[in-house]
Amino acid sequence: MANDKSNDVSLSRTFISGFWNENPVLRLLLGMCPTLAVTAAVKPALTMGLSVIFVLICSNIVVSLMRNLLKPHLRILMFTLAIATFVTIADLFLKAFLPEMSSTLGPYIPLIIVNCIIICRAEACASKNPIVVSIIDAVGMGGGFTITLCFLAGIRELFATGAVFEIQVLATPETGGWFVPWAAMGMPVGAFITLGLMLGLTNIISKKA
Amino acid sequence: MDTLQVLLMGFISVVIVNNLVFTKFLGICPYLGVSGRIDMAFGMGCAVTFVVTLSGTLTWMIDNWILMPWGLEVTRYVCFILVIAGAVQLVEMYVRKFFPTLYDSFGIFLPLITTNCAILGLCLFINLWGVDNLLEAVVLSFGAGIGFTLAICIMAGIRENLNLSDVPECLKGAPITLITAGLLTLAFMGFAGMIR
Repeated sequence: MANDKSNDVSLSRTFISGFWNENPVLRLLLGMCPTLAVTAAVKPALTMGLSVIFVLICSNIVVSLMRNLLKPHLRILMFTLAIATFVTIADLFLKAFLPEMSSTLGPYIPLIIVNCIIICRAEACASKNPIVVSIIDAVGMGGGFTITLCFLAGIRELFATGAVFEIQVLATPETGGWFVPWAAMGMPVGAFITLGLMLGLTNIISKKA
Repeated sequence: MDTLQVLLMGFISVVIVNNLVFTKFLGICPYLGVSGRIDMAFGMGCAVTFVVTLSGTLTWMIDNWILMPWGLEVTRYVCFILVIAGAVQLVEMYVRKFFPTLYDSFGIFLPLITTNCAILGLCLFINLWGVDNLLEAVVLSFGAGIGFTLAICIMAGIRENLNLSDVPECLKGAPITLITAGLLTLAFMGFAGMIR
């Protein structure tokens, strides 16, 4: 029984660590490319986050199942092949059911294949742990990634268009408001600088805590 | 426009105007990870240039001569990643044999070129842009590699000087690098609209 309890504790710790202590974007600096590329607005960011969660769970399950068969030097190749398969599924799904979103995200959906978060989790967690731990880890990490993405996208969308999730929050001059949209925030510049400042803020908070 | 002009325009466009790092956010991981010193940055740039040229060309050939005629587009991503992994393996063996010191200083980042988004990204963009002849594919992929080298070397130069400056405690390391990259992007935005 005691063993079970400590097992539960470590499972929940694995789950929570993805959100803050080992947040993939803010702490481990993984998966920066999609983080910067799809965060001009909240909707694509959310789609991206959910696709990553799906691929991460599936690839963690597969890698965890075949962890005893892996040869060290072929490991990375096997991971990427498994990931590529699930990304193809996600890509076809988006093309069929959300064609508009699929064309907005463009090549960034197939680029999930080379998203460092997924390979890192396959390597660091799924290839060493049984299937339950791997799934929990995938959900935690994916959740942390999605929330960070949406937060960053929310800030950028608010400043670039005065809207969040396409709902107008600050009125622009055309509709008689005072807020002049800050176009640079929607461009690459905004992505780099906002993320830089967010990382700085994370450093301050984690030092105090 | 004649062929040479098209090629030249394409090259300049992919190096400066549509630079993969600054406008497409590709290859950010090595861009942040290996840009500490100029010599390492340049070595990384050369390795990436080689891999991207090789895999850009190969994937164009596979895509247009094998996958499309036989309607196998579904397997596109799997094929692309296999080609890239093979090319990276080649480079890794070559560097280990002929430049052992460079090999040691790269560490984990060399095999990680496989998962460099710039390379897969370029292969996908070539497909997206509808490049229709082999020569153009070669020139564009080579240009993308040069563009990456340019970006990472500029960054390394700035970071060598950044070491000597007084950065606020909480922004040290990655945050200030990202902000610097943002300012660089702003500078490169000046080229936007020059070509297409």
